[in-house]
Amino acid sequence: MAPNALETNSLRKEFGDNVAVSGLTLAVPQGEVFGFLGPNGAGKTTSIKMFLGLVTPTAGSGSLLGAPLGDRAARAKVGFLPEHFRFHDWLSADEFLQVHGELYGMGRDRLAKRRDELLELVGLTPFRRKALRTFSKGMLQRIGLAQALLNEPALVFLDEPTSGLDPVGRRLVRDIIRDLRSKGTTVFLNSHLLSEVEITCDRVAFIKHGEVVRISELKTLVEGETRVTLRARGLAPDVLAGLGQWGHDVRADDGLVTLTVAGESALPGLNRYLVSKDVDVYALTPQKLSLEDLFIQIVGTDGGL
Amino acid sequence: MAIFTITRLTFLEAARRRIALAAFSLGIAFLILYAVAFYLVIHNSSGLPAGNIQADLLRSQIFNFLSLMGLYAVQFLTIAMAALVAADTLAGEISSGTIQSIVTKPVRRAEVVMGKWLGYALLLALYLVLMIGGTILIVRIVAGYTLPNVALGALLIYVESLVIMSLTVACSSMFSTLATGGIVFGLWGLAFIGGFVEQIGALVHNDSVVNVGIISSLILPTEAVFRRAAFIMTSPVVQSLGFSSGPLFVVSVPSSAMVVYAVFYLFVLLGLAVRQFGRRDL
Repeated sequence: MAPNALETNSLRKEFGDNVAVSGLTLAVPQGEVFGFLGPNGAGKTTSIKMFLGLVTPTAGSGSLLGAPLGDRAARAKVGFLPEHFRFHDWLSADEFLQVHGELYGMGRDRLAKRRDELLELVGLTPFRRKALRTFSKGMLQRIGLAQALLNEPALVFLDEPTSGLDPVGRRLVRDIIRDLRSKGTTVFLNSHLLSEVEITCDRVAFIKHGEVVRISELKTLVEGETRVTLRARGLAPDVLAGLGQWGHDVRADDGLVTLTVAGESALPGLNRYLVSKDVDVYALTPQKLSLEDLFIQIVGTDGGL
Repeated sequence: MAIFTITRLTFLEAARRRIALAAFSLGIAFLILYAVAFYLVIHNSSGLPAGNIQADLLRSQIFNFLSLMGLYAVQFLTIAMAALVAADTLAGEISSGTIQSIVTKPVRRAEVVMGKWLGYALLLALYLVLMIGGTILIVRIVAGYTLPNVALGALLIYVESLVIMSLTVACSSMFSTLATGGIVFGLWGLAFIGGFVEQIGALVHNDSVVNVGIISSLILPTEAVFRRAAFIMTSPVVQSLGFSSGPLFVVSVPSSAMVVYAVFYLFVLLGLAVRQFGRRDL
């Protein structure tokens, strides 16, 4: 079996009296898109910095692509988009990718090819000769993302990759992550945009006070009893009463009906039933417990303060 | 090689951020000023001796003095440039976060420090070639005079600038940009004053005062190395009297051991920068 892309064992980091990460234990298998969630100050960025050797752990251990944390050779197969994406803004987009490719130790031809591909992918080809100084926040994020993918990494760390992006940019990031997943690349995603995480991640870890509170598969997370909203016309009283066999807690209110079903698998049957009773169905919407609700449930409304 | 990528990046930064431009234009402004002043001294001074061998000797003394005066100013400009370009290098990149995407590549942190150091060392070499070369050329064209041992003297001034640059890089690996600037100019000031103290001690034949100066030179050997350089480039006649005719009027001449010490000192500082940056949380 391939080793985990990332593994940590009781990682701890103290800055003086302040404990940033108190004991982080997690394992991310290769090929997984892993979401790292937690309130501000929970130690997410410090954790990523320890994975990448930017910060030395006070205690604990870990491995990155099978090598101990801080191993130089392992970083050749790792991509990283830092939080705030601060880069040398006096470089042009082209020069920026050139320099970072050289630091990866990439050969000249391969680098030239990757540079063109990635500029195209993130939509910055027309701006390749412009200095990063003139870039908007969203453009910096795009070029930062290109930088993180230069070496076709086996593992990519994205620290808040969509925070500065407009909806088009966010969709781009989502597509890129999907593409990486299909290539078997492991993606470690630190994001506050839970809707993004919900769409892209296989598993998520919730951390609070520098500790993993819970790790869940996203599928199991959102399965279970689901509240369904139904917008329909021609709902006769007997049909309404018949809804009881599909779920409970049925409430009707001015053409909108809500009920709780056992799970998403009940929805097709419910729909067939309504159609067979000549009901015009306009919408049948499961109100899943959102990741946001779950986040607040797990982390608490105090934001981990 | 990552180290050369960093060196190139350092060069590019100096060029793009117009630091080099500012330093080089100031340098050229100085050379123009110097050329005009020197020309006026040679051609418009009625008191300049002429005629016999004795007068020629005196004239060459004056040219020697004026050349060293020019190099003294060049040395000031170089030190300021060394400290200014290097102060922000590691500290600035750490505080802005630009360092994060660099050191997470498969490079050694030591390569980052040494690449930057090499970049500044080359930049200073270029600057000194322009400035010392310009000064020497002006004197040669206007007065037909060349300083003795000028190549060796220039090399010593280069060592002096490397000492300041290495000190700046070392401080920048530990402290903020502002603190780095404060420490470097503070220490340089100390060495400068120490140099004067040593001269006064030597003039009045007071060994303990001389020792105070020597200790300040050990703390930062810049001033001492320049005085050694000035002594080497002084006319043999004056040199034989045991002091140089430079603007410092060097009475107490630092030995060549001080130069060896300075070279050792700058490599220790570079090692310190590598060590501190290597273990620092970024």
